[in-house]
Order: sequence, then structure tokens, then C-alpha cells
Amino acid sequence: MKTYRSMVLVSSDPISMERGAQQIVENLQKELEQFGISEEVSLTMVGDVGRHDALPLVIVYPEAAIYGPVKPEDIHHIVEEHLYKGRIVNEMLAASRELSGKIAWLSARKGTLPAEKRIVLQRAGLIDPGNIEDYIINEGYEALGKVVSNMKPAEVIEEIIKSGLRGRGGAGFPTGLKWKFVSQAKGDRKYVVCNADESEPGTFKDRLILEGDPFSILEAMTIAGFAVGATDGYIYIRGEYNLARKRLEAAIVQAKEMGFLGKNIFGTDFSFELHLHSGAGAYICGEETALLESIEGNRGEPRARPPYPTTHGLWGKPTLINNVETLANIPAIIREGAAWFKSIGTPSSPGTKVYTILGNVNVTGLIEVPMGITLREVITIYAKGMKNNAAFKLAQTGGSSGSIIPSTMQDTPMDFDSFNKAGVALGSGALLICEEDTCIVDLTKVLMNFFRVESCGKCTPCRIGNERSFDILHRISEGLGTANDLKDLEEISDNLFQLSNCGLGQTSGTPIRDMLKYFKAEVEAHIRLKVCPAGVCAMSGQKVHA
Amino acid sequence: MVLNTKQKDVSETIKAAVNAAIDTFGANRDEIIPILNDINTRLGYIPHEALDQVSEMVKTPKSQLYSVASFYRMLATKPRGRHVIQFCENAPCHVVGGREVWHALQEHVQLKSGETSKDGKWTLLTTSCLGVCGVAPVMLVDEDIYGNITPSEIPTILSRYE
Repeated sequence: MKTYRSMVLVSSDPISMERGAQQIVENLQKELEQFGISEEVSLTMVGDVGRHDALPLVIVYPEAAIYGPVKPEDIHHIVEEHLYKGRIVNEMLAASRELSGKIAWLSARKGTLPAEKRIVLQRAGLIDPGNIEDYIINEGYEALGKVVSNMKPAEVIEEIIKSGLRGRGGAGFPTGLKWKFVSQAKGDRKYVVCNADESEPGTFKDRLILEGDPFSILEAMTIAGFAVGATDGYIYIRGEYNLARKRLEAAIVQAKEMGFLGKNIFGTDFSFELHLHSGAGAYICGEETALLESIEGNRGEPRARPPYPTTHGLWGKPTLINNVETLANIPAIIREGAAWFKSIGTPSSPGTKVYTILGNVNVTGLIEVPMGITLREVITIYAKGMKNNAAFKLAQTGGSSGSIIPSTMQDTPMDFDSFNKAGVALGSGALLICEEDTCIVDLTKVLMNFFRVESCGKCTPCRIGNERSFDILHRISEGLGTANDLKDLEEISDNLFQLSNCGLGQTSGTPIRDMLKYFKAEVEAHIRLKVCPAGVCAMSGQKVHA
Repeated sequence: MVLNTKQKDVSETIKAAVNAAIDTFGANRDEIIPILNDINTRLGYIPHEALDQVSEMVKTPKSQLYSVASFYRMLATKPRGRHVIQFCENAPCHVVGGREVWHALQEHVQLKSGETSKDGKWTLLTTSCLGVCGVAPVMLVDEDIYGNITPSEIPTILSRYE
């Protein structure tokens, strides 16, 4: 393999592309030629690296200098000073987020804080996602090789069970157990499905994995296929994720050429095909049975369960459905062993979790850290505190269907069991952090509007319950709330939990429940005093149609 | 787009789009969503004539096709404007100033969510999360994503579109 003196990475996520990343790459090529150093410097476009504050980025290794936001006309200066003369252009570095503008996880390896622990994102931002050789050099396909040549399917499943890995899609079901169910199910054909229909508001972890390291998902699905006895895999990717889809398409082609997909993988009897299926814009298709309906070409309406997809899934066959982030853990677990994985995180929830940090904080973006970190730590260390030194009022965890938690709960460790005990959903890992000027009625109204729009309409509690609760909240926000509203909201939210057919409906009452549990006084002020304490709601006293 | 062309041209355009979509994905019931999506991309929406033709070629009742076409947000069953503005109305955008941007946007194009302007230039839609919340508030004009937008930037952004 050719060695280079320096490595230059240019961010190529949708925002960067929109802001001229392509031109930056072209200028880099031109300038490197002109300085006669194009042979010594490698130039690569990389996916989203989690620094949304300074796009587009130009990252130069080995110094790990992050320049951003970079304009095409800055390139001449960067190439001349940094790559030709060897002096970092300090004034063009991205605003200091971690120590002196260096990538957090690189600093972490040097033993400085704040540290991240990257397993599922270990290669994102470091390798060229469009080149399978880059993946292979970085431990790619080691796990698959080990599995197909030295392990029996039952041993693979045993290893995943021992690792304690739990599904990262939100529910936290033990992954190994799910694999076991599918492997034991009877059927002439079995399928592996990757749920990449990430549409939980505030969540973009799967997009980063797919854009930055698409081969890891291909490898994981092939391992899963071997373990459960499946011949075909489907990746159901959200329709809006164009770049991720293109990366996956290219990755599948390359993996086939290399013999890591298709017939006789690694020269063994094992064959596995992968298909890519794009969604067409429907939040409900993240629900696994709705997703199956959509692959089959139907409206994405959830099926009644049981029977579960593990026995009656795609076209009625046993089907394993895993989230992107769950799958991305698989190759590392096989490579490093279950014991290594268990040593990270908390005993009940081993491993890492990718969190997206959003809202009224100084630094937004994403982090991958061991399970069990607290919200306070996230806000102070990773998010660099609240914007304008405002007070922290509440956080909304796990997207719209997650929980609203008040500041008094910010020291609860974020892992599946601790959160369950506290009655909180960890969900997808979105952390929407809100300051004191956020109105709980207004926020809940926005969340219920989401469910009202995204409900598929199949079952009544969800279709009508979400519509009704939005109406009530809208009235309250206009100063037209009545004493009965609180009781009605509570009833609707109970009905949603108990009577809805699928996970969407069953969790859609959560914002209302949490609002009434932690912020009842604020809601009552809207109703009784006709005052919005945060000064957000219109309180016009007039009927306004939403 | 198929607006303002003669009726004969219109049906030719539709036929060509349907054929191209079926050529790509095959006349297969399981491929209905990719087929409809492809037609939607080519024509800007899915006309009834297109559903008739797909129905015949894939041997699937038109009612089923329509039920699929009307279910998914990215598929349109009515013509849209030359440019489609999609504004994210979810909580992560909302709490960092999205509400003000949304008011400014509606004011500027003089449309409400779901409406198309009389001159056929704009269609205004609200959308669920676009997955770029790190730069909220976010809006999408056609395929272009704009992040960290403020109300005052709306006229500048929209002036880029003819």
C-alpha cells in the first residue's frame, strides 16, 4: 500500500456539499498539483464527522487540524502554509470545541478529556466510505472471515448473547436472543432486514454510520445471515437519505466484486444477497411490521403482533430485523470478543450509545460514549453548557416518542435499566436540551402535531387520540383551556398507551403524560390564569385554526 | 414538469415516464413503491393516467396503487409548484427559532402549508425531521438543504430560485 506524508479529508455530508465541498476538493487537487506535492498527500471525501458547527470541514492528518467553515478560496492558503510549509493555519481552524480544534476522539486516544469511546463510529470520518480497501485495511471483514471459516452459526449467536448487546433502535431488546429466535424458527427461507428508516425527530446517528462506514453494515448483515440461516438481506433506507443510499449502492457493488457478498462467500458454501429498498416518506415505517409491509409494496400500516417477525416476517417468512446502530456493533463484538464488549458501559447495558445533542446548548452534534453517562455530564462536558448561560429546564430524550425529563432528573445514568426504573425512555438517543424560556405546552403541542401527522390512521385510539390532544393543547395555548382539559388529556394519553396497535401509538401519549407529571403547574397557569409563564404561547383568547 | 403543454404531449410524457420506471424495476407487484417514486421524480407528481398504466402493466388494481401513492409523503398525487419548499416543523427545529422562521416563510410566499402558489412557482409543505438537526432550524428547497436559517434570510434564499 502506498504511504502518504499527509492525509486530507473533506466533509461531504449534504450541508457541506451545498456549501461548495465539491469545489473545495477540486481546488485542493489543483493546488496540490501546483505545489508539486500531490503524490505525497492523499485526498479523500468523508461523511459527516459530527461537527455541524463549522461545515464544510477540511481535516489534515497527522496533525488532526480541523479547518472550518472553509471556503473554496481559502484552499490556496491552507495548502501553501500547512501542507507545503508545514505550519498550521491557526486563524482558519474550526472554533475550539475540544482541545485546540482537534477531533475529540483523537485527543481521547492521547489521554485527554473529554473522551469518547467509538465502536460503531470508529471508522466514520477516518476512512473513505467509497473504497472497500480502506475498510479492509481498518479491520474490515476480519469478523466475517472469522465467522464463516472458524465458527458455527450457534457459536456466533452465543457470542452475541454473551456480549449483552441490546437493540439500539429504542426498545432495547436483547439482540442475541432475537437472533436465536430467528435461527430456531422454521421456514424454507429466512431474511435479515436492516432498519435504516431513521426518522425519529432529532436523530441522525444511523445516517452518520451509513454515510461514514457503509461496509460495516454490509459485513454485520452478512454475519447475521450466516448466524440465522438467511439467504437474503434487505436494507430499508429512509427515502430522504440520498447520500447514504448512494454510498450503500456503491458499497454493495464493491463487496460483490470482492466476494464478500453473493455466492460462496470467502470460498465457502455460504451465499448471501443484499437488496436496497428506499422508503418514500413515512415515520411509521420505522415500526418493524410497517417496514415489512412497505418492502412488500404496500401502505406502511403495522401488522397485528403476535405473530412476531421472528417467525412471520417478510412474505410470511422468519425475519431478523435490526437497527443500523445495533448491527454496527456486531463486527467489533466478533473481532474483540463478548468479554471486551461487556467491559464497556454498565452491566445491564454494555457497549456504547450514540447520542445526538440538540437544542439550546453551545455545541450541537453527536457523540458516542459508554452507556451510563448522565445528562448533566453531556450538557457540561460535551455540549459546553447552555447557550447564553440560560438555566436548563428540561430535556426531551429519544425523539418525539421519548420522554420529557425535568432538570431534577439530570443525574440519572442513561442506560436501559436505570431509565426504565425512572420511567424514562432512552429511545433513539436524541437529546433535545431546552432552556428556561421553553414553554411546556408549546413543546408538547409540537410533539403531538408530529404524531397527528404521522399516525398511519389504521387504529382509532392513535388516529383520533393524537388529533384530539393536539386540539386541546392548541386551545390551551390560545388561552381557551378549561378545567376539564387536564382530565381529558390524561384519559387520552392512557387510551393511547393501552389501546393502540403499535409502538407509535403506544408511545405517542408520553409527552402528555410527562407534561402532566412534571409541569402541571405551568399548564394550570395557562388554563386558570390565562398566562404563559415562558411568554411563548400566543394566548390570543381567540379560536385559531391550526 | 408537464404544466402548460399540449394534451397529446402530456400523455406522451406520462407514458414515457411509466415505461422508463417499469423498465428499471420490472413489472413486479413488490416494486410498486420504487416504480411510483421513479414516476414521481420524473413528472413531479403521479397523474391518474400514470396509475392507470401502471395498474395494467403490473396487474394490480388502481385502488391499491392509489392507496400506496396517497400514503407516502414523498409521493404526490396532485401537481406541485416548480419549486417545493419543505420546512421542518419538529421539536428540535422548533425550540431553536424554527417557529419564527416558519411565520416569516409563510408571510414571504403568502402560502399556508400544503398550498401551491397561483403562478405555479412554489409549493409550501411542512415535513418531519430531515435528520440534519445539528444545524436546526432546517428547510429543504427542492433538493437543497438550508440550515441555521433565520427569518431575515428567507428572501435571500428564495431569490435564488427562478
